[in-house]
Amino acid sequence: MELTFTARNVLIGATLLGALGGTLGSFALLRRQSLLGDALAHAALPGVCIAYLITGTKSPLPLFAGALVAGLIGSLLILATVRWSRIKEDSAIGIVLSVFFGVGIVLLTFIQKLPAGNQSGLDKYLFGQAATLVEDDLKVMAVLGAVVVAFVVAFYKEFKLLSFDPGFGSSLGLPMRRLEVLLTLLLVVVVVVGLQTVGVVLIVATLITPAAAARQWTDRLGAMLLLSAGIGAASGAVGSLASASLSRLPTGPVIVLVSSSVLIVSLLLAPQRGILWARVRERQAAERIRRENLLKDLYLLGERKADWATALTWPHLMGVRGQTGRELSRSARPLIADGLAEQIGDTLRLTPAGRKEAEQVVRKHRIWEVYLNRRLELPSDHVHRDAEAMEHTLSELAVAELEEALGFPESDPHGSPIPPRRSQRAAS
Amino acid sequence: MSPTLVILLVGSCVAASCALIGSFLVLRKMALLGDAISHAVLPGIVIAFLITGDRAALPMVLGAGALGVITVMLVELFNRSRRLKEDASIGVVFPALFSLGVILISRYAAQVDLDLDCVLYGEIAYAPWDTLTLGGTDLGPKALWVNGSVLLLVLLFVLIFFKELKISTFDAGLAASLGFSPVLIHYLLMSMVSVTVVGAFESVGAILVVAMLVVPPATAYLLTDRLGTMLGLAVGVGVASALGGYGLARAWDASIAGAMAMVAGLLFLAALLFSPSHGLLARLLQLWRMGRRLSGQLLLLHLRKEGEVVPVSTLERRFGWTAPRLRRVLSGLLRSGWVEREGEGLRLTPRGAEVLETTGRAQLAHKL
Amino acid sequence: MNPKPQIIKVPEREEISPAAAPGVPAIEVHDLTVAYRTQPVLWDVDLALPEGKLIAIVGPNGAGKSTLLKAILGLVPAVTGWVQIFGETYAKRRSWVGYVPQRESVDWDFPTSALDVVTMGLYGRIGWLRRPSKHHRETALSCLDKVGMRDLAHRQISQLSGGQQQRVFLARALAQDARLYLMDEPFAGVDATTERAILTLLKDLRASGRTVVAVHHDLQTVAEYFDHVVLLNLRLVASGPISTTFNADNLQRTYGGKLTVLTQATEALLQKRPLESGGE
Repeated sequence: MELTFTARNVLIGATLLGALGGTLGSFALLRRQSLLGDALAHAALPGVCIAYLITGTKSPLPLFAGALVAGLIGSLLILATVRWSRIKEDSAIGIVLSVFFGVGIVLLTFIQKLPAGNQSGLDKYLFGQAATLVEDDLKVMAVLGAVVVAFVVAFYKEFKLLSFDPGFGSSLGLPMRRLEVLLTLLLVVVVVVGLQTVGVVLIVATLITPAAAARQWTDRLGAMLLLSAGIGAASGAVGSLASASLSRLPTGPVIVLVSSSVLIVSLLLAPQRGILWARVRERQAAERIRRENLLKDLYLLGERKADWATALTWPHLMGVRGQTGRELSRSARPLIADGLAEQIGDTLRLTPAGRKEAEQVVRKHRIWEVYLNRRLELPSDHVHRDAEAMEHTLSELAVAELEEALGFPESDPHGSPIPPRRSQRAAS
Repeated sequence: MSPTLVILLVGSCVAASCALIGSFLVLRKMALLGDAISHAVLPGIVIAFLITGDRAALPMVLGAGALGVITVMLVELFNRSRRLKEDASIGVVFPALFSLGVILISRYAAQVDLDLDCVLYGEIAYAPWDTLTLGGTDLGPKALWVNGSVLLLVLLFVLIFFKELKISTFDAGLAASLGFSPVLIHYLLMSMVSVTVVGAFESVGAILVVAMLVVPPATAYLLTDRLGTMLGLAVGVGVASALGGYGLARAWDASIAGAMAMVAGLLFLAALLFSPSHGLLARLLQLWRMGRRLSGQLLLLHLRKEGEVVPVSTLERRFGWTAPRLRRVLSGLLRSGWVEREGEGLRLTPRGAEVLETTGRAQLAHKL
Repeated sequence: MNPKPQIIKVPEREEISPAAAPGVPAIEVHDLTVAYRTQPVLWDVDLALPEGKLIAIVGPNGAGKSTLLKAILGLVPAVTGWVQIFGETYAKRRSWVGYVPQRESVDWDFPTSALDVVTMGLYGRIGWLRRPSKHHRETALSCLDKVGMRDLAHRQISQLSGGQQQRVFLARALAQDARLYLMDEPFAGVDATTERAILTLLKDLRASGRTVVAVHHDLQTVAEYFDHVVLLNLRLVASGPISTTFNADNLQRTYGGKLTVLTQATEALLQKRPLESGGE
């Protein structure tokens, strides 16, 4: 694919920014300072303007410096306001964000009036006109990026401690306040680096969205940092390429939409935390509960009458738990499919295999009842309901251990016999 | 109406509406949700524009209102899933929605007048000339109609739901137990935020709406402890910011919206430093006075504990005070006759012991 | 539900030499006053806590118990006061002190494993710019072992139960290998098995000559678990051995009027108390 010079610059810039944003964004995410980046981005504007007014040039370095200083001042003001007044953190962020930005806008319009005031050069810091990235900009980005990464690597474990338990860190004698300032400074650098590419409003997504996506896939901070950088970089690359190939698609927003899509996919599909898997697990659990309950009901009804041959009518079974016909059919279908129960016309009964299976379920239920009754001293008229609620989570091994701990009881608190364990059955 | 008057009126209406709604945002620690909504309504406005084909106010307000609710719902969705915390939920939702809006504009509305600059920081200076025509008659500046109506709506909302808003802000549990749903109030409030925001767009733009939503209420929060007073003060500060901002902008020939935010910030700073109840200076004074009172008391206590004459040299080390501070405290105590010198040391006088008793008892009663 | 009791490995009894000359208290506090804005939180506290004992700090909510710990550690500024640890300032004795904060003070959804958290206790020793070595990891693992959590070393901390999380915090403190441990409500909200495990750990610490000062929330168990008690309610009410200090009178003065139920309970408790204070 042939890339124009501009497109190539945008690609490099967006990828670099994505990687950096993801890295620092992970810390912001974990420290619950996601929106601090938003404030810092807005606060940088007056810094850029003042730097321009002082130096009179549009070269990146002094403008970066201006943005950096302003961002740092902004973050210090937020900290100070929260510490020394009753203003809460969210309001403090909102105040710094909007007031600094307002000052910046005033300065911008002031610059506009100047004879040489080609402030369209400064405008790009607002909206992110990635197409205006030049080689010099990229060089500055790369150098700053390398410095930021070096610091993160050097102070990795201290930053981890700062994010997790700063009080403990202080007690170890580590300078937690200074580390916090350092981390904030690195955040400001990344924000300033990103202003030109994605603009003020979207910076926060460059920081947080890849980090949030990465968090879904891993439980290790190191892996999260790498993954977040990777997702950020990939989103930057894909976004800038898409924006270059299709017409009238501004780069910043496309990058954000790409990383947001990655986030949504991550939320749904990530192995442990994925929402879809959680739903699947829930459904499986519900199914198992239904299955065990029906087995138990059939068993108990048969045991009571000491009759396994007579099948039970549908309405009768529905009455046991107050189920509708549909609900009962739903529970019965998998049993029938597995050969544990057989349906004869309008009735249902256990097969011999089903009876063995049901026996184990009842065994679990009754041992659990004994436990509740003896160890937790729940009265026997209460145990049945509580047992129902919890027994399905017990594994066979757990049941065996429980049985042993209880001294191999013969019957449950109501006097019903406890069926033996499956393997023993086979032996006898 | 002179153009200046129109601008001042529009600015004041916007400021007042934002101040009223924003007060509740600040109290509920949802200032940033307001910020998020002000950005996220963009796609709603664009879609309304694309559907109706013109920049009529009503569809845009509806579109914005819808997006406001959607934003809040999405944030809640992410937060409720427990895989993202609240601040992160906000931080991923509004940029995505804003990006959607920008892309829609760029692709489908770029040639039309719905440009980004205007949305981001508005242009109130055009307000007097952008008039509303209905059935051929010129009814006057559109911005005035729109923002005037919004202000009316906001006033009605706050008046009607004042009790519910107050209770659900300070004690959601109590609200629920009293029978009205705090969730409903929450969504109503957020809808009002969206409506206010879109009304203000044309005047001050998205980003500066946040200034009007957060800064005057925060200023009022530093000046009073009563909700009603806070609302009134917020409106006052907001209108002052609008008027002052306009004056400043005229003097410097600069952006009006930016100047308004600046003035709001200055007023906030003034309150932060000088508020008699919660300002920094007042607090420092309080601390200093308390420090002095406490220091004297602690020294007396120490003397009583030791029982006899205490050499001055040990006091510095024991209390961790600097020498000048120790001297200052001592001179005060000596002057009041609660402490007397004896050789190289100090001793508690009977009067000092008495003072200690009475204050000690008062403290004990107060604390336990 | 695991009916088998958790077996805590008893470490070989390594005794540490007494930290300082005999007679020097583990912690000495004089005239300590801490205030938050204009509200005093701790008022004129004088304490001397002996070495090699298990000491409980008790008092009603808001009495300043956590603040006392934090003031000793220098985590909150004091209006006045003077703290010495084993005869020296805290700054000089920092490596001798281990801290176990309240469990709610961190967000357990952080992406890290139990082993990682314990390793954090060694950061003071690892130093700047260096990674934890294999030796450090081994130390951390053995600390987890001591609290019976070796199998869960690589588990993500959000997947641990409350009791397990508390044990991770304790293991982290063990990794600091301190002589004096300051613990903030170590027994709060843990299951019975964990509570027994923590108690066994504390007793082992005492047996090896270390000192533990713990904010304790449960009056019922103070006499059984601890040797000394500090009764605090903004001011120091009393401090000393359980046998002489933990009585109805002092409790009344600490808890004020709300004490009738409490007094009855403690009276009953004190009567049932074993002959040797502080347990076996």
